[in-house]
Amino acid sequence: MMITALANPKRFLDLSRTVSPWTCALAVILLGIGFYWSLFATPPDYQQGQSVKIMFVHVPAAWMGIFIYSMMAGASLVGLVFRHPLADVAAKSAAPLGAAFTALALLTGSLWGRPMWGTYWQWGDARLVSELILLFIYLGYIALWNAIDDPVRAAKAAAVLALVGAADVPVIHFSVDWWNTLHQPASILRLGGPTIDKAFLVPLLIMIVGYTFLFLWLLLLRMQTEILERRARSLMMARGA
Amino acid sequence: MKAFVALLTRDIRLAFRAGGGASLAAAFFALVSSLVPFGVGADLVLLGRIAGGILWVSAALAALLSLDRLFQADFEDGSLDVLALSPLNLEAASAAKILAHWITTGLPLVLLSPVLGLLLNLPTRAYGALIASLAIGTPALSGVGAIGAALTLSVRRGGLILALIVLPLITPALIFGASAVLDAMEDTGRGAFLFLAAFSVAAVALSPFASAAGVRLNVGG
Repeated sequence: MMITALANPKRFLDLSRTVSPWTCALAVILLGIGFYWSLFATPPDYQQGQSVKIMFVHVPAAWMGIFIYSMMAGASLVGLVFRHPLADVAAKSAAPLGAAFTALALLTGSLWGRPMWGTYWQWGDARLVSELILLFIYLGYIALWNAIDDPVRAAKAAAVLALVGAADVPVIHFSVDWWNTLHQPASILRLGGPTIDKAFLVPLLIMIVGYTFLFLWLLLLRMQTEILERRARSLMMARGA
Repeated sequence: MKAFVALLTRDIRLAFRAGGGASLAAAFFALVSSLVPFGVGADLVLLGRIAGGILWVSAALAALLSLDRLFQADFEDGSLDVLALSPLNLEAASAAKILAHWITTGLPLVLLSPVLGLLLNLPTRAYGALIASLAIGTPALSGVGAIGAALTLSVRRGGLILALIVLPLITPALIFGASAVLDAMEDTGRGAFLFLAAFSVAAVALSPFASAAGVRLNVGG
């Protein structure tokens, strides 16, 4: 019901304009608390020292990379099956955000790797390697959107690609993981570690929820922009005709 | 079935008669694998160890190179519109095209690979695994590649985007394929080979549907 009602861009714009300030406020508050708590109020790790605090930026970013891709695939399915116009807009607007979060995860992951592993990049960490591939998939998706001029056609092509990717990403992750355990020395320290103390877990969860609201805010903003852009384009074409 | 075979033979004939399709991909495959020693040095021990990986990466690139012709030529001269209207459904047509692509690019690579293995000092006991892994894995490259080729049909100069789309998706084939060769060298089981077969079966089974969807959105109105 909710989804069909939102197919009307006007209704969506009205709703998102009332919702987006709240998501922005929640993101600022949660990230403010989360950053203070995780950076200043948690003790340094007995093994990793202060470097452990990179985790609070890294783990939520890595999580967002996967979460946003799943959301994009879901939106693509809705767009492809129900011809829902806003689902396409949502998928298109989410992709650069997902790519940015994934890039942030890679960057922080390798910064963490320098003191921990002694190198910026470690092919032995399956999660980082599969995130790198995920970033490439995001880039291909964005490139495909930009390369096709007709927005309807671009939306369909991108949606098919997102669904193919959704089927493939778990397989890629599995293959990288398998490859690691077989042919590479297992890394002693993995980002996030096997078990997390409660003192770290609570601020980490706050950061994750904060990141999610930041994403929602940016997504709504990008979707509004995209809708207005399309409106401006059709107005221009109407005037030209 | 008759239409399927007709389309298959047509595509194979076209590939062989116009532009030397099969030999081109094979030549590219041979060239890339022979360039690697210039890059990493002539150390035969090192080359023997990475030969499987080199040949698999080269095979992926060679398959990729010929993908843009898979649907593009038919799209440009309108044959694809005729195909879309024909009683043969697009899924079957895509399957025929994927098979034709594999016969004209994948198969020559499989046949050529032992010679290149020789050049790269691949240990004798790994030849079987090299040929078997390429034979079973290259159909996946054609299948996943066809999806990318169908989706980028309306993109002018879509070659780079095609690569950007297809290469990340075929990493599992690359990982399992190269590992299967390594497994044969070190005698560490057949796990990689079985996973490669599984990936290939899934990719070949699903790709006609995804590439038909890609073709459909490009030829319809």
